[in-house]
Amino acid sequence: MSILVDENTKLLIQGITGSEGSFHAQRCIEYGTKVVAGVTPGKGGSQHLGVPVFNTVEKAMAETGANASLMFVPPAFAADGILEAISASMPLVVCITEGIPVLDMVKVHRYLKGKPTRLIGPNCPGVMSPGKCKAGIMVGEIHLPGSVGVISRSGTLTYDVVSQLTSLGIGQSTCVGIGGDALPGSTFTDILELFEEDQATKAVVLIGEIGGTIEQEAAEFINNKMSKPVVVFIAGSTAPPGKRMGHAGAIITGSGGKASEKIKALSQAGATITPNPAKVGLTTKKVLETL
Amino acid sequence: MKIHEYQAKALIAQYGIPVPRGKVAYTAAEAGEIAAEIGCKVVIKAQVYAGGRGKAGGIKTGNSPEEAEKAANELIGTRLVTHQTGPEGVPVSKVLVEDASDVARELYLSVLIDRTSRLPVMMSSEAGGMEIEEVAQSHPERIFRSYIDPAIGFQPFQGRKLAYGMNLDGGNIGEATRLMKNLYKLFIDKDCSLAEINPLVVTADEKLLAVDAKLNFDDNALYRHKDIQELQDKEQEEPLEIQARDWGINNYVKMDGDIGCMVNGAGLAMAVNDLIQCCGGRAANFLDIGTLNNTERVVNSFKMFAADPRIKAVLVNIFGGMARVDVIAKGIVEAYQQMDIPFPVVIRLAGTNLEEGQRILVESGISFIDAKDFYDVANKVVKAAKGVTK
Repeated sequence: MSILVDENTKLLIQGITGSEGSFHAQRCIEYGTKVVAGVTPGKGGSQHLGVPVFNTVEKAMAETGANASLMFVPPAFAADGILEAISASMPLVVCITEGIPVLDMVKVHRYLKGKPTRLIGPNCPGVMSPGKCKAGIMVGEIHLPGSVGVISRSGTLTYDVVSQLTSLGIGQSTCVGIGGDALPGSTFTDILELFEEDQATKAVVLIGEIGGTIEQEAAEFINNKMSKPVVVFIAGSTAPPGKRMGHAGAIITGSGGKASEKIKALSQAGATITPNPAKVGLTTKKVLETL
Repeated sequence: MKIHEYQAKALIAQYGIPVPRGKVAYTAAEAGEIAAEIGCKVVIKAQVYAGGRGKAGGIKTGNSPEEAEKAANELIGTRLVTHQTGPEGVPVSKVLVEDASDVARELYLSVLIDRTSRLPVMMSSEAGGMEIEEVAQSHPERIFRSYIDPAIGFQPFQGRKLAYGMNLDGGNIGEATRLMKNLYKLFIDKDCSLAEINPLVVTADEKLLAVDAKLNFDDNALYRHKDIQELQDKEQEEPLEIQARDWGINNYVKMDGDIGCMVNGAGLAMAVNDLIQCCGGRAANFLDIGTLNNTERVVNSFKMFAADPRIKAVLVNIFGGMARVDVIAKGIVEAYQQMDIPFPVVIRLAGTNLEEGQRILVESGISFIDAKDFYDVANKVVKAAKGVTK
């Protein structure tokens, strides 16, 4: 088992004919993901990479049964693309786009309330269930099927952590990049809840960073509801306050945004913290040995 | 993005929010003239991006044009050091000269995005004039919040809650509610990330007045606000960060160490800086080169290091995903061909097109220290910076 995506995922790619959409659609197909449709307004009726292209998400879903969308729409139009997918009741939307204005996302979140769609991202590497489905831009080869769930706000740091796990023979059930923006579609807590219910997941690796308080919220969930062990690294211990560290959401504005506050909350909740990002794999190995 | 107080006040005034009479002055003589025009006691405020100006001596008063000129003379051309700046401070090249308002009470008002509810929130407090973080710590009951539904916008009842929360009298409630509605409109129209009036003053004749104003803007939305982009004052920013942006490196932050870092991905770049500290060193910068697949940004990163006299060693840590390792390797070789590299460089490459990247580095014959993983690269660069190896 896995969460969010698996061998039954029928993926639609919004923005499939753009350069990034096209490049990554090809890689998803090569990995074995069932890419059933693309959407680019104005290009409906054509084929791209052997996949039928539609003008609207609604039509693409009706004709192909797509049940997840991967978005590569440029930032100025991305919120509209997400709204379109929510309106069509797409079960899962994974938005890769970086640079969406925060107020656009405020509207998206308002519209999302009470709707059946689950949003992952934006500004994320996507979702990967090794051996089953790659709905994202991560490097496929570094992953190994297994029983550790990975959740992260970062892209390349996650690749590093995943390759540490894989080189120790520790496979992953699903890897979820929730993204580096201030208002992620799904938070750590949302994904921890899914991993807690997933029978194939034995432990979870959580990669957090400075800014906001979703790590503290996750700590509360871990403390109250989580039976599986959680291994944690928080990036940005050395980041100066008030500076945006690359990710739109990685800025310390209040005391809660500091790495030390997050580490304290998660450690008190019983998570295993490693201060050394190069030792996430080894720490996970030790935790698994105690199970 | 940040702007100056005088610019923020001009913007909020356009939205019907009352501000003190005043103008910005670039010379002491101009400050004297503005004070003469105003014709009463004035305040002279250093225009810098940092907060904490009052305690740092950046705000002065003058009872006459001569006093105003003297005060401006003491500020313009100096560097102001506040608790929000580094020890080197920020340059003061202009001052705002304003009518010194007759203050009865100081209040607090702001709009920002609440990351937990994912909604804009307006906050008010009767404890104005101090930092709101301190009020939140010591007197959380004095802060009132209204979460705003973007579908219906700011509503009068929310304004009344906030206005009564500030202990305003009946006569000011309607005025305050209108002011808040205007501030929210500005926040939305201009894609602000923070709109703060602190203090919002009740004057001796019982009128509301924005005595200080701070506006920050969402960088992601600047593309649709050319007018705001033009307000940016590069002089207030770190020169190395300006240089980096001019060279196409948007994610560069100056830090206080001596190890130059070039990494792809923000999370990985932060983690590298943390790991360097774990190994006993300190990073000179945060640098995420992003995913653009060209060699120019790699060469420009090395130009940044060469231009930074603090650098004792350089770390390169690339995990190819969207970015291709072979392109990065080519960029490094080009950098060595174009400039003198007087410091040791420790390189760790992984991911997409790794073999090709390694081949390019080795065949070029450039001198570098090879690292096998994340820990190895940090550990080796710290030793290299301390002169243990080269």
